Amino acid sequence: MKDEKNFFEKLVHSIFLILGLVTVGCVLLITIYLIISGIPAIKKIGLVPFLFGKTWESTAEHASYGILPFILTSIYGTAGAIVIGVPIGFLTSVYLSKTAPKRIRGIVEAVVSLLAGIPSVVFGLVGMLVLVPGIRKIFHVADGASLLAAIVVLAIMILPSIIKVSVTALDAVPEEYENASLALGATPIETYFRVSVPAAKSGIATAVVLGIGRAIGEAMAVMMVSGNVANMPGLFQSVRFLTTAVASEMSYSSGLQRQALFSIALVLFLFIMLINAALKFFLKGKKE
Amino acid sequence: MSNMITVKNMCLWYGEHQALKNINVSIPEKSITAFIGPSGCGKSTFLKSLNRMNDLIQGVRITGDILYNGKNIFDSSVDVNELRREVGMVFQKPNPFPMSIYDNIAYGPRTHGIKNKAKLDDIVECSLRDAAIWEEVKDRLKKNALGLSGGQQQRLCIARALAVKPAVLLMDEPTSALDPISTSKIEELSMKLKENYTIIMVTHNMQQAVRISDQTAFFLLGELIEYGNTETLFSTPKDKRTEDYITGRFG
Repeated sequence: MKDEKNFFEKLVHSIFLILGLVTVGCVLLITIYLIISGIPAIKKIGLVPFLFGKTWESTAEHASYGILPFILTSIYGTAGAIVIGVPIGFLTSVYLSKTAPKRIRGIVEAVVSLLAGIPSVVFGLVGMLVLVPGIRKIFHVADGASLLAAIVVLAIMILPSIIKVSVTALDAVPEEYENASLALGATPIETYFRVSVPAAKSGIATAVVLGIGRAIGEAMAVMMVSGNVANMPGLFQSVRFLTTAVASEMSYSSGLQRQALFSIALVLFLFIMLINAALKFFLKGKKE
Repeated sequence: MSNMITVKNMCLWYGEHQALKNINVSIPEKSITAFIGPSGCGKSTFLKSLNRMNDLIQGVRITGDILYNGKNIFDSSVDVNELRREVGMVFQKPNPFPMSIYDNIAYGPRTHGIKNKAKLDDIVECSLRDAAIWEEVKDRLKKNALGLSGGQQQRLCIARALAVKPAVLLMDEPTSALDPISTSKIEELSMKLKENYTIIMVTHNMQQAVRISDQTAFFLLGELIEYGNTETLFSTPKDKRTEDYITGRFG
């Protein structure tokens, strides 16, 4: 009887362990697959020409596989989205957490959740139909499909993660800190920015890193509004991101071109790993 | 001795619940006034009304007058931030900001526009000396204040309150979270501070009220039952309820 029970316990434990390992296995599989399939092209092309080459002409007779345009576009695009999205998201979260009346806070939070749930293809569609023509008219450029359009779309897409995580961090600031500040004669606004925000800084940093992760990994929406041409990035240039470079050529690629696409995916993967490491770092700082 | 704070017919409601009933009291300057009474009697609520910290709680309604230096603090011409600078507060739980000791003390003066480094240094040292904690922290002003012991944190909070040069210090059970040695340090400090400041202290500890206060007010169920000279109140209470409380029959 006792043995039977023990056996059952052990069985359940191993089932849980196996289920838990499914996730780990997936990540390992993807990592290994990306490394194995990404390395050969880099070897053939050479690491420096691959990472720092300025032209990507994968289908030309003398093909050239330089992904610097994609790397820079991804970095500029993400940075631009952060520059626009973080101030808006951060100030919104200060408002929601500290000064908004309960009812307004409820409504705004519901809308933010809805925004988080909108599929990226819908962002792309609206961007294509509204933003791209808008940019063409406002800035008098030939084509509105550009890095700027992608930045604006990305900035909006990262708002929900920034707002939600920052609000949680600001809500968690002990009321005693704020009371102490008010009792010294500081105004509520001074109190929020000089006491509450510094006390919540690791949470807010986490929010920003999450936003970066979301922006750099986005493919569908940016493909639809950025023009998808492998130019070196410029605000009104048609550009191609790391993600969209893989997505747009995969279906018809072959040989070295196909291998090079895997290498691009590997580079993107390394960026994501870096961001995750940064996230870990900030979360650890929060606990201490 | 003139009166610093005069309260006339003050009532306070939390929504429908009346927490303070017709309070009338005059608090003389440069002395220690103790508020005693069982939990929930309204003494802390009353204390927080004196620098309008109750404004921050939703659903609080106050009638009657609170005069500070002869002026009604609820008057529309009163700047509530200036009032809170003049009527400082020390909380029950030590609540230093999660920043350096120096920045904790300098927070108030900086808020009120002092940017000069030498002047700030001066204020920090003076405030810490006045709060009898300078010797303990002078070598680690740049260290995080959360690394101090509970008693040190509370004296730091007193120093922080002193740094904005208040006239009145409200203390809400400042020693209830502290050990006996830290408590006696805070009590000694209060006795010293009353030379320059008007101190109003809520306390659960009747011995503490006897030890350090000049006047005592006894609250029960939102009413001010008895108020007067501490010695008189404890030796010959006029009201039966006061007597029952101070002799430990309830509370």
